[in-house]
Amino acid sequence: MSRDTVQLEILRYDPEKDSEPYFSTYEVPFNDDWVVLDAINYVKENLDRTLTYRWSCHMAVCGSCGMVINGEPVLSCHTFMRDYGDKIRIEPLQNFPVERDLVVVIDDFVEKLGSVKPYIVPKVEKTVDEGEYIQSPAQLAVFKQYTACINCLLCYSACPQVGLNPGFVGPAALALAHRYNLDSRDVGRAAREDVVASNPGIWECSFVGACSEVCPKSVDPAAAIQQTKIASTVDYFTDFLTPWRKQ
Amino acid sequence: MSRRPYIRPVQRSTWWLAQPRYIRYMAREVTSAFLCAYSLLIIVGLVRLAQGPLAYDAFLAAVYSTSGQVFSLLTLIFAIYHTYTWFQVTPKAMPIRKGGKLIAGSIIVGAHWFVFLIASVIILYLVGM
Repeated sequence: MSRDTVQLEILRYDPEKDSEPYFSTYEVPFNDDWVVLDAINYVKENLDRTLTYRWSCHMAVCGSCGMVINGEPVLSCHTFMRDYGDKIRIEPLQNFPVERDLVVVIDDFVEKLGSVKPYIVPKVEKTVDEGEYIQSPAQLAVFKQYTACINCLLCYSACPQVGLNPGFVGPAALALAHRYNLDSRDVGRAAREDVVASNPGIWECSFVGACSEVCPKSVDPAAAIQQTKIASTVDYFTDFLTPWRKQ
Repeated sequence: MSRRPYIRPVQRSTWWLAQPRYIRYMAREVTSAFLCAYSLLIIVGLVRLAQGPLAYDAFLAAVYSTSGQVFSLLTLIFAIYHTYTWFQVTPKAMPIRKGGKLIAGSIIVGAHWFVFLIASVIILYLVGM
């Protein structure tokens, strides 16, 4: 039996009027080839122009439209309406302050991302005239999966440690640190250690693995963090057993 | 326009009931408590052994009692589950590349089970001697 309409329960919060968020229900037409973002756009265009949310590319590339749909953090442009029942509950990403409706405050994440130096720290700086930093396909393959992150923050929403310990650097930032640590052109690992190998860094992770399960780009941040833990542990014992090598 | 971001409260004691994946995680972690308890039991056994034959016989009687056997069986089941969950995630923590390509996760997990079985057989042989 085909459905005519679907009810969207959307979390609303207006900082100028509301003391706390509440759910509003909207009836939207069911469309077999609509993603949930299309249904939200329908609400904005036809039912309530005040509804506020982020989106841009509509093709799972920009990472803007992350939301919690029926309890699961997903990209709303990457999630078909037909895969849900007659009611779809839509909330902003968990573990972030709600700015307004489905928009969350991501300032803290941006700061954490910057703290892991997510860029190549070369051994010797080259000018543009001196050419590229050369890398073989095999060297690229070592870290390529970790370059696919689109900063959609689904992993921060899924990670219970981010919620329980707000200081935790978190999955995406640590995965990106690992990506640069693995890069053959980079020598910045030691400089990243202060943040990465600290308690609020990798050691706050208890390997729930939720980050990797919800990642729409198969980045697998949980793997990156566990590998960083092993590398950091090897560093610790190497320093302990051969103190003369420590600088 | 004034900014007044709303911070939703975190359920500090019941968060793990929110998602099946969190419950699976808790099951993995909680089963380790039984491993810890069994390790303590073995330490107690060593202490009792040092105290002499009478003390050790009493310890053995407790271990072979019905409740002692139920505890041992539960610990065995939980230990196998705990081992299974950790072996399953080893390819994430220890990816191995050969000739530029990643070795299949099933091989890494299988190698762990293989070593586990060999070690178990050796221990059973030593215990049986």
